[in-house]
Amino acid sequence: MNSPVPSFSQPAATAPAERLTVAELEDQLDGSLDPVLSSLRTAQPLAARLGPLARDLQDFALHWVNVIARTSGELAYQFAATAPDVLRQADPATAEVWIIQVMDTFDREGLYRASSQLKNIDAFLLASQHNTQAVAFEDAGTVLRLFICGLAGRPLKLEAGNETYTDTECIHLPARIFSFAARDKNFLLYKAMATHLWAQSRYGTFNVDPAAKLASFEDPARALALYNYLETTRLDAIIARELPGLARDLATLRDNVEPPPECAPLLEPAATAQDSLALVDALYTRFEPPQLSYMGTLHPEIARAVRASRVAREKKELQTELAKLLGGQPGDFPVETEEGGASRYSVESTADASESLELNLDGEPVAPPAHVRELLNSIAQDLGEIPAEYFIPAGDGAYIDNRVMDDNSADVSTSPQHEEDAVLYNEWDYKRRHYRKNWCVLREIDVQPGELDFIDTTLENYAVQVRQLRRTFEMLRSEDKWLKKQPTGDDVDLDAVITAFADLRAGRELPEQLFQRRLKAERDIAVMFMVDMSGSTKGWINDAERESLVMLCEALEVLGDRYAIYGFSGITRQRCAIYRIKRFAEPYDSTVRKRIAGIKPQDYTRMGVAIRHLTALLNAVDARTKLLITLSDGKPDDYSDNYRGEYGIEDTRQALMEAHRGGIHPFCITIDREAREYLPRMYGAVNYTVIDDVAQLPLKVADVYRRLTT
Amino acid sequence: MSKLATSKPATLHEQASQTAARIILKEPYYEAIGGEIGLFEAAYATQIPVLLKGPTGCGKTRFMEYMAWRLKRPLITVSCHDDLTAADLIGRYLITNNETVWVDGPLAQAVRCGGICYLDEIVEARKDTTVVIHPLADDRRILPMEKHGELLHAPPEFLLAMSYNPGYQSVLKELKQSTRQRFVAIEFSYPQAALEKKIVIAETGIEPALADQLIRLAEMTRNLKGNGLDEGASTRLLVHAGKLISKGIPARAACTGAVAAALTDDPDMLRAVNELAGSLF
Ligand SMILES: Nc1ncnc2c1ncn2[C@@H]1O[C@H](COP(=O)(O)OP(=O)(O)OP(=O)(O)O)[C@@H](O)[C@H]1O
Ligand SMILES: [Mg+2]
Repeated sequence: MNSPVPSFSQPAATAPAERLTVAELEDQLDGSLDPVLSSLRTAQPLAARLGPLARDLQDFALHWVNVIARTSGELAYQFAATAPDVLRQADPATAEVWIIQVMDTFDREGLYRASSQLKNIDAFLLASQHNTQAVAFEDAGTVLRLFICGLAGRPLKLEAGNETYTDTECIHLPARIFSFAARDKNFLLYKAMATHLWAQSRYGTFNVDPAAKLASFEDPARALALYNYLETTRLDAIIARELPGLARDLATLRDNVEPPPECAPLLEPAATAQDSLALVDALYTRFEPPQLSYMGTLHPEIARAVRASRVAREKKELQTELAKLLGGQPGDFPVETEEGGASRYSVESTADASESLELNLDGEPVAPPAHVRELLNSIAQDLGEIPAEYFIPAGDGAYIDNRVMDDNSADVSTSPQHEEDAVLYNEWDYKRRHYRKNWCVLREIDVQPGELDFIDTTLENYAVQVRQLRRTFEMLRSEDKWLKKQPTGDDVDLDAVITAFADLRAGRELPEQLFQRRLKAERDIAVMFMVDMSGSTKGWINDAERESLVMLCEALEVLGDRYAIYGFSGITRQRCAIYRIKRFAEPYDSTVRKRIAGIKPQDYTRMGVAIRHLTALLNAVDARTKLLITLSDGKPDDYSDNYRGEYGIEDTRQALMEAHRGGIHPFCITIDREAREYLPRMYGAVNYTVIDDVAQLPLKVADVYRRLTT
Repeated sequence: MSKLATSKPATLHEQASQTAARIILKEPYYEAIGGEIGLFEAAYATQIPVLLKGPTGCGKTRFMEYMAWRLKRPLITVSCHDDLTAADLIGRYLITNNETVWVDGPLAQAVRCGGICYLDEIVEARKDTTVVIHPLADDRRILPMEKHGELLHAPPEFLLAMSYNPGYQSVLKELKQSTRQRFVAIEFSYPQAALEKKIVIAETGIEPALADQLIRLAEMTRNLKGNGLDEGASTRLLVHAGKLISKGIPARAACTGAVAAALTDDPDMLRAVNELAGSLF
């Protein structure tokens, strides 16, 4: 507007429009506000105040006066009166948000409330400034998750909720933080809260039983708050030693509140939660604990319950894993030596700074797989050490799932449920180490088409990402190759000519292959996507799966790879289902799109049979590279007949190995965080990835596919 | 065309004479991680080729240099790429001054001089190129040079070694069984914390306390492997960060440049790694 360029050099079309005169303004206001004007109340003073505004602001004001007048003439009049002030303080975009809020208030609560809101733009501006500086969990969550995952310890979930606390497996954080006027500071507060809750699990706040002990106080809630503060103090000292950079930042959130001198023992490296608990006695009557901004609340009952069930579970898991490491069946777990009965296993803490645990077998260090190491660390976190009895065999009881197999061991081909269109598949029984013949009955079913709206909305929501995906995939496609040494071609192959010339001179024959030819990079790839349609995908995961498929199809269409999509679910071995979404031969048309939209959660997750069926379909396709990509949300599971646990994991593993033997490359994408321990076993060393943030799925799936095939 | 044809052999010839074997005179700094030195020496003594497996930046190249020095053999390294032809390895006829000359490729050179030929990142090479090493990599130990009408027999001093990073998830880049089963595989992984610290200090000269923090950062990023990172920070990245710090760059900035940005382009991940570095320094 205040362009230094002289106006004569500007084309007339872009020159700022002239201001409206007061008379012109009054004229227009008269038109909009007529019903509320009178000889005592004219539009003249309003027009006079709007006069000095720039033309676009004048237009803005007139436009909204007109709009508001259709709802309420009186409100429009008041708006016209305040507009000049408002437009001096707020840009039109902000002002618009505010106007709409005021009109909403009018609709809900009438003129009185609306006009008082109209007069109080300051409050709005202040709040909106805070709003722009607020940090929402949606935005910060991804980084915080990665941050906590990097800090390590036991894998922790992060969720937004009403309260800030941890149950030792999930960290609950506020949905939004706007305690400070600067975004960075609000993010820091998030980080501080998350780190402290992480530290509670990592450094054993719940390894003592605070509730039991604090119940004896007159006001247990007050005692608990004190314990919370003392633990915060102890953890702050640990953070200062382990994460000095973060500790510096945390100090800025403490407002110079320092712990009382009685807390000194808690600052020692050897201090434990026990020491904090002991101090509650000493300070209960004479100390009012301050509430630091990053302190959450403690829920000892919840945390202790989660911890107790984990301790029990992990004990069994470790015993099973250690037996497996020796290569035997859990039944013949030979961890006891003949003479003593002492375990052949032991653990030591390494001498270096990382203090990681080292597993020894017969006194020699062994390198356990990553999930066993995680298990050892998790147990040590809860108990401070790995108790000796953890290394003693638990026989068959080591199995988490010890129910008997369903008694009906006859194969199903003779059962009444067997129908014409069903296919029978074997299933792997790991305990007996053989296949149960014709154990599962599987049918192919069409997905009920859904609404195309879903596809359009997805493409809109991810417009930027879809564009970027298409670009990336186009680049893959255009990676053409020069075929060297061809008998005919687009160009002379200089290297070949030189070689030929030299060969000729050396007395050899002139070869004929002297050309090079550009080859459209031939991606002879066929890929099968197998999508989890079990009941547990209900909600978010189902949405994310469908969105992933939409994005994936967009990308694959660019690439030209052949692909098929099938869903799977089922209930018991008698009723396994494969849902047809897109066959290899089908184009990506509106029928397929509607089927994607129509994918709905069904029953259970019997994975093995689904893999076997889709492997068979994929085997029938002729392609140089064949991929089977599964998308699922956790452990294989089925209703009542013992597919859950070890059995399902082993059968899935077996089915994947069968596929691999047939020349198919299976790759598994899992949406789950807790899945970690059994995944390496089930999926093998490199053929899977875990996505812990559902929101990331749609982008990650296409990305995984890109990496797999380049 | 004719102009090109005359200029090309000269440059090729120059290149060919540059790929001469490298004799390593000064002991390279190398910290043994496990039994790899003994294993390598045993394989060398029994003339079995060696495959080095391990993630990027964990010391494979450094190990080869060290072993070449230790065994007092010339080292010839070939970085494999998807345009690498059999002739690039074995050799070809070139023309200089109107005369044809046969020029050995690096593999033939290594066989002739009884050196160590190290094929770096073998999976990048085309599958048909990989096959030419087969007769050399089994107990025949021969290199047929069909063009030149010569059959090279490898002397006992010759050793074939190659590296391979199994971290690739691409199914198009798996090493063929017939290739990999000819080699003794030595697994590399990132060294234990105490050893890695020693390496970082030796390579960069930074203070032990600072090295501890770099190691801790490496651990943090390694926790993120599979959660959005393909790989955690390698020893190499720590060495880079350490070098920057020793040149006076503040630790946080050094980690951003040498670690975070080297690991990922994803904005959230970049931010998270920077936050982790920030929590330490
Ligand atoms: N065991 C070790 N002893 C001494 N230095 C080491 C050791 N391991 C790693 N390094 C350091 O790490 C750097 C990177 O190692 P190197 O170049 O050998 O990796 P690489 O395994 O060959 O990686 P790439 O697969 O990417 O080629 C070395 O320059 C050295 O500074
Ligand atoms: Mg290297």
